[in-house]
Amino acid sequence: MTPPQRRRRFPKTSPEPAPQPPQEGQDTPEGPKKNPERLYVITGPDGTERSELDLVTLIVAHADPPPSATPEQAALLRLCTAPLSVAELSAYLSLPFSVVTVLLTELLTAELVTARAPVIRQALADRSLLEAVMHGLQRL
Amino acid sequence: MDFNGSDTIPGPRTEDHLPHTAQAAVKIVIVGGFGVGKTTMVGSVSEIKPLTTEETMTQAGIGVDDNYGSETKTATTVAMDFGRISITEQLVLYLFGTPGQERFWFLWNGLFEGALGAVVLVDTRRLEVSFDVMGRLEERGVPFVVAVNTFPDGPRHDIEELRTALDLSPEIPIVECDARRRASSRDVLMTLMKFLHSLAVEKAPV
Ligand SMILES: Nc1nc2c(ncn2[C@@H]2O[C@H](COP(=O)(O)OP(=O)(O)O)[C@@H](O)[C@H]2O)c(=O)[nH]1
Ligand SMILES: [Mg+2]
Repeated sequence: MTPPQRRRRFPKTSPEPAPQPPQEGQDTPEGPKKNPERLYVITGPDGTERSELDLVTLIVAHADPPPSATPEQAALLRLCTAPLSVAELSAYLSLPFSVVTVLLTELLTAELVTARAPVIRQALADRSLLEAVMHGLQRL
Repeated sequence: MDFNGSDTIPGPRTEDHLPHTAQAAVKIVIVGGFGVGKTTMVGSVSEIKPLTTEETMTQAGIGVDDNYGSETKTATTVAMDFGRISITEQLVLYLFGTPGQERFWFLWNGLFEGALGAVVLVDTRRLEVSFDVMGRLEERGVPFVVAVNTFPDGPRHDIEELRTALDLSPEIPIVECDARRRASSRDVLMTLMKFLHSLAVEKAPV
């Protein structure tokens, strides 16, 4: 039987310059990148500030929930006494990713948590990082 | 969820906590049509039971002309499974399994852009299901490898026949796998990493 035939596609634009990883707990000033196809936007409470948090940004709490913390914030703080990714927080709280990033932005601003920036794909991939991942997989 | 009873919120089991030394995380995205084995692959290599995260996307009425000239908004919730592999005491790898036919994934800013690369899982019974996602990865310059899940009732094609059908250039790895087996899924991830490494060496030969 002959398989169906695909036609390959090509990069739409030249590769973007290497994005700078955000510093610990710091907001990226320019906000989300413009994407020409971005007809869908991530839902969040209107006018709420949002940190550039990735699904795999690791979050660590520094403090016990203060009495002023909302139940959601208190639940978040209790979850990340040890580092946990934003994706895991979203999963354990059964809250959409965008809602968790809003809650986390409040906690980052209040300095109740720290964000450990994800390692993102650079225009020039970091070879030693790739090698570290390969060694880790070999041990599986 | 009722957060007032937040003491009862399920959290990670003790053994699922990351060490305090964990500093950084990387991610790989596994894409493919429904039922192709994404969840199975994530689960077979993950050190935690796969979890699910979701996102709500709203579509502000595009090209939808209604009689009142008002904007329609459609909300869509997309969910994806993910798992985790601790690489070192400092570095963690996350694997996200996303349904490839969903264009929404490509609008989730940073999901693919921040990923090391992608694994496209294909099912020879429905090869065409993965065509669109491969094109989208190509358009965004996200490097990927192709893993062919060998279902017993699927038609068998040799790799070169598949390469022609998928219109993939010779350097893009195509491997067969059984997503249910940890070693096989691990080998697929290793194939992707070696491919990414070769791209890095090509870009910056020392
Ligand atoms: N024979 C075979 N069956 C598989 C393989 N991977 C997954 N399956 C089965 O295919 C079904 C769908 O897999 P699932 O991981 O849920 O697919 P998903 O929709 O892509 O997440 C399950 O019943 C799996 O047990 C494989 O490599 N070989
Ligand atoms: Mg699934």
